[in-house]
Amino acid sequence: MNLVIFIFIVLLGFTSYYFGRKKAYSIQATNTRLTALPQFYGYYLAIWCAIPAFIIYSLWAIFEPSIVKLIILSDYSNQGYLDDELNLIYEKTKSLSRGQFSGEITTYLETSAEKYLNLRSIAQNSKVVLILAIIIASIVYGYKRISSNNRTREPVEKFLNTVLFTASLAAILTTIGIVFSLIFQTIDFFKVIPLFDFIFGTHWYPAKAFVRDASEPLDPSMYSDTFGAVPIFAGTFFIALIAMCVAIPIGLMSGIYLAEYASTKVRQYAKPLIEILAGIPTVVYGFFAALTVGPFLKDIGTAMGLEVSAESALAAGGVMGIMIIPFISSLSDDVITSVPQSLRDGSYAMGATKSETIKKVIFPAALPGIVGSILLGVSRAVGETMIVVMASGLAANLTFNPLESTSTITAQIVVILIGDQAFGDPKTQAAFALGMTLFLVTLSLNIFALRVVKKYREKYE
Amino acid sequence: MNKNKEKLLNSRYRAEKRFQFYGKSAIFLALLFLTIFIFKIFSTGYTAFQKTWLIVPVTFDAETMYLDENPSKEDLEDADYFDLALQTMFNLDKSASEKQQNDLKRMVSYFFEREIKRELLNDPSLIGKTKDVYLTASDDLDQVFKGNYPRDLPEDQRRVTDYQLKIFDQLVEQGRVESKFNLSFFTYPDSREAELAGIASSFMGSIFSILVCLVIAFPVAVLAAIYLEEFAPKNRLTDFIEVNINNLAAVPSIVFGLLGLGILLAVFQLPRSTPLVGGITLSLMTLPTIIIACRASLKAVPPSIREAALAMGASKMQTTMHHTVPLSMPGTLSGTIIGLAQALGETAPLILIGMVAFVNTIPGSPLDPAASLPVQIYIWAESAERGFVEKVSACIMVLLGFLIIMNLFAQIIRHKFEKKWS
Repeated sequence: MNLVIFIFIVLLGFTSYYFGRKKAYSIQATNTRLTALPQFYGYYLAIWCAIPAFIIYSLWAIFEPSIVKLIILSDYSNQGYLDDELNLIYEKTKSLSRGQFSGEITTYLETSAEKYLNLRSIAQNSKVVLILAIIIASIVYGYKRISSNNRTREPVEKFLNTVLFTASLAAILTTIGIVFSLIFQTIDFFKVIPLFDFIFGTHWYPAKAFVRDASEPLDPSMYSDTFGAVPIFAGTFFIALIAMCVAIPIGLMSGIYLAEYASTKVRQYAKPLIEILAGIPTVVYGFFAALTVGPFLKDIGTAMGLEVSAESALAAGGVMGIMIIPFISSLSDDVITSVPQSLRDGSYAMGATKSETIKKVIFPAALPGIVGSILLGVSRAVGETMIVVMASGLAANLTFNPLESTSTITAQIVVILIGDQAFGDPKTQAAFALGMTLFLVTLSLNIFALRVVKKYREKYE
Repeated sequence: MNKNKEKLLNSRYRAEKRFQFYGKSAIFLALLFLTIFIFKIFSTGYTAFQKTWLIVPVTFDAETMYLDENPSKEDLEDADYFDLALQTMFNLDKSASEKQQNDLKRMVSYFFEREIKRELLNDPSLIGKTKDVYLTASDDLDQVFKGNYPRDLPEDQRRVTDYQLKIFDQLVEQGRVESKFNLSFFTYPDSREAELAGIASSFMGSIFSILVCLVIAFPVAVLAAIYLEEFAPKNRLTDFIEVNINNLAAVPSIVFGLLGLGILLAVFQLPRSTPLVGGITLSLMTLPTIIIACRASLKAVPPSIREAALAMGASKMQTTMHHTVPLSMPGTLSGTIIGLAQALGETAPLILIGMVAFVNTIPGSPLDPAASLPVQIYIWAESAERGFVEKVSACIMVLLGFLIIMNLFAQIIRHKFEKKWS
């Protein structure tokens, strides 16, 4: 039904474009000069037709459910129910009215369900009537306003400008959405678990915080020594460190080689080939690390008499490093190419070899940009999820032995939130608190890195 | 003195050579990783495109199926094929003990009943006759036939029993085992049994998510890019929007998953596990990518075009919509495709919004629960059964194939349609 109304409004919009333009043409035919091109009159009428209707339509969609709920639950208001129970009653009413309810049907519920169906049909009908009335009124108004001495281009363009501006707000809205989705759960989490325990506790064992009975009050002592995040912070840092040990030398050297030594032909082929590494989905890397690299390292370790876990931090970090190579090589390539030629020429003129020029002149000049690219790589490594989930362990060990398994922030979020979640449970909230930490860490890394790169660019532009 | 100088020079040249060597080996290493990677995926995955069938003679005995004489089409639909199917398998070795009979039954997939039924429905005149029917072999025998299964393990460490192997070898000798192209890998939904698992459900899930993502992200991103590049005044708000876009492009994908979970599922009460929610989450992720690509290609349109249009009396909006935006479209489109390719490979946010649920039906709309190709890879990779390893690699091959096609497409659009200004 909603879709029908939607399509109806859209179709009406198109037709009114046609009629608006037609009226403009007929005015033109009387040799009167129009103030805008005829199609602007069409757009003008189409906007008048569709936009008020859409606004009503979406307001209705937002407010109808809660108003219906309010009316239904007003019957139960003075019977001393708790909020949770009222919600349950409402859900039961809804499923009963859909005929999908399996449970004890009380007379109360039955009357509510009937009332619900009644309300819904009233709402539906009045919505259709209201929207139709609005459309007719606004079309009539818009159509009347189409005349030779009325401007239409300006309002239409102003409207388009508003649409464009609204679209650009999407980025801000997304950021706000991220912050909002994280912050409430995080605050609730820290109401139960002290911030100090979270940051400095050394024991992470969320499975202990089983889903509790919602009617019982929370007992914070139950969760002591359960949500100490030090092991996973350390694990995150450690795996990122291993990744950077692989990515920085290889990425940086290939960036330098591509920028300074490689012939155009080598560059033409090698650069896109290396960038393929960045385009491979991370879950594929995860599978590769778990199936090939992990067992391979284990075999080597056993041959050397070392005990290597099949899910070692080394496997996950190493494969993650391979994934990050192209980020560092491409960015440092760009940075090095934008170092002015005059610096190189100066160095060559003093008799320096190419590698000496690179090491002593170009590298220091490009250093801020390279640091920026490395920081962006670190932020990638910290936020990487699937490789760790699949290739390193899920148990949070506090260890700095690369041959043992460790866990990261991202992996713990997945472990906690995979399957069904109960909002309002400290375990679920812990995932959001971790997400908040991750967001803040990567955000500050990114802001810092982008600022460094930007400053560097300005220096040579 | 001179000798010292020469020595120094030589060592400097050697350092130069060394440095070059480091650079070359770095590139070589990166490319080596890529090669090993692709080789490994292909070498474990290509066998999944073949499927092993047992060709078993089935006697369509009306009595075993409890059928009357001259059964109608409905009778055939409703008939009991299970006893017939069981009998068929037991006939492979008439002297089998009860335990061995159980082994015989487990040599084929649990679809064997359905496969026999399909045969009879296709040709009802088979009643009372015997015909060779293709039955899907169990995933373990499939692996044995492909040579991936260590037969020399002691029996208690294998899922295939010695007895099954004996019967299987007899069948192989009689030419009753055949390997054919595995069409069901593409047409079946996910299954707990490796031999019956296919990518149809997750493939449709991916398609729906990407479509939702495209429908939302493309218009919003293009409009936003037009505003920021052509109309936005230089003020604090605009700066703030730009900072936001740049940061969003680098926010870890799992945070978007938390956004989907905390806002789309918890607040807006959208249905869990559906491509609709997955698509919206992915669209928020791809938004910055498309905005950045679109802005870059708007920037590449030379100002002379705008000035010419303005000089002809076009308004700023007309100039933008009639000239600048159409000229920037090739760059925008290729940026969009690359953004969608990224979204197609994304796993973590989809796991958080519940698209890991086991789905054994093919979704028909974005509102049906579904998995997606990368999530399917994850689900299968976590499964312990040997038969799933090649499936994972094959699924990766399909996914990589799509990514390559999308990227090629983006390249073609860029090179073919983009106007070169010089």
